[in-house]
Amino acid sequence: MEALLAQLEAQLADNSIFTLQTLSYYGEGLVTTVQLVFLSLIIGLVAAVPLAIGRGSRRRWVKMPIFLYTYVFRGTPLLVQLYLIYYGVVFVEGIQESWLWVILEKPFVPALIAFTLNTAAYTTEIFHGAIKATPRGEIEAARAYGMSRALMLRRIVLPSAFRRALPAYGNEVIFMLHASAIASVVTIMDLTGAARFVYARFYAPFEAFLFVAAIYLCLTFAILYLFRYLERRLLAHLKPASG
Amino acid sequence: MKLQTILSLGVLGAAMIAGSASAEVRDIRIGVDVPYEPMEYRTPDGELTGFDIDLGNALCAEIGIECEWVVQGWDGIIPGLMARKYDAIMSSMTINEQRREQVLFSDPYITPPSAWFAPADVEIGTPSEESLEGLTLGVQRGTLQDNYVTDLYGDVAEVNRYATADDMVLDMDSGRLDAVFLDFPIGKSTLLDSEAGDYKLVGEMITEPQEYFGEGFGIAFRQRDQELAEAFNEALATLRENGTYDEIHERYFGKE
Repeated sequence: MEALLAQLEAQLADNSIFTLQTLSYYGEGLVTTVQLVFLSLIIGLVAAVPLAIGRGSRRRWVKMPIFLYTYVFRGTPLLVQLYLIYYGVVFVEGIQESWLWVILEKPFVPALIAFTLNTAAYTTEIFHGAIKATPRGEIEAARAYGMSRALMLRRIVLPSAFRRALPAYGNEVIFMLHASAIASVVTIMDLTGAARFVYARFYAPFEAFLFVAAIYLCLTFAILYLFRYLERRLLAHLKPASG
Repeated sequence: MKLQTILSLGVLGAAMIAGSASAEVRDIRIGVDVPYEPMEYRTPDGELTGFDIDLGNALCAEIGIECEWVVQGWDGIIPGLMARKYDAIMSSMTINEQRREQVLFSDPYITPPSAWFAPADVEIGTPSEESLEGLTLGVQRGTLQDNYVTDLYGDVAEVNRYATADDMVLDMDSGRLDAVFLDFPIGKSTLLDSEAGDYKLVGEMITEPQEYFGEGFGIAFRQRDQELAEAFNEALATLRENGTYDEIHERYFGKE
């Protein structure tokens, strides 16, 4: 590690912008971005499954609130949601004195809440669409076997819906990664925050943002690759039979 | 008709040449962009006032000339000088190399100070590595204040960077920030004056070191007006010595 650092330092010697110092800003930014996006996607995914099932419910009092939630969060910009949550919580009477303030004071949790609510709304709609597209025949077959609704959901509807939703969900993950770039407006030093900092420091917009764009590209490639792998594994049965 | 126009233009031109060739140290006009409180602004009854105005008038009185203020928007303020709409600019203009290529600057007459502001109930001693340790500090991203705070206290305190000064003030209202580092005039008008009692100034105003805070504001002249610039430099030195400068400074920035 020492040798690696020394070598890196030597290579950066005649470079005034990308010193070890600024690279460490980018490094910390990368960690923050990945944490923020990964956590919000996981929580959003877990929340989206029951929401998507409820969204397709026949009962209006289940269906309508969920529809309203996805409508609002898909119908307003994420930046606005982030602003409202970060600066808005402050106007709740007495929040500074309550235990909640401990977690809401720092920008990370408000940003996580905004991102989670946003991605959960989109994911709910993606899953809802996939569930609705379950072939009638599969459901009729399940009924003919005498499956209960819960069992049918667990064994037939959800597994095939998840597979159908996979390509669309992969897109949502990439969108989320890129949307996370706005985290720096609430002072989070994510990747974009680090790039802005380097830009402001050295008056070098091209270097700072090209470098960060390259990092985002690498992350996107990793996500694309993961989803392509998953699709190959899980959607194998849809491939045309090879001769 | 055409001939008349040409003739009248010619007469006008001749008059202008004659005008510029007269008197060595003459009465001058000074360009200024308002409002930029407290450097230059208008009182409610329309009177021009501010640090630049008062100091400029004092300088002219010292030299023994009449000065007339000409209000000019910032974008065109240097072209206006070149076009002889006025003979000097005294409008919070920071001295820098790019401008030096176009205009002649006097000695800096003020270095705009930055200062620490904190909520009234936060106890902070004179800002130093010890007193700021562990606190959350706010700055506007990409400003000289950002560079200063990051370099001096970035290792001991958490530095939050905001896109605008307004966001920062909002976050200090909410209790997320322990202190902010701002241009003193902005901090004074947004924190001390408009939310009186909630905020306080912490420590002294800061203008050093120069690598962060620049050379300061200067009066701009046309390159050829060397004598005029020298007259202002001499007058400025006199005012600094005889206390007039301090008196004007105190009027707008309070006691040092």
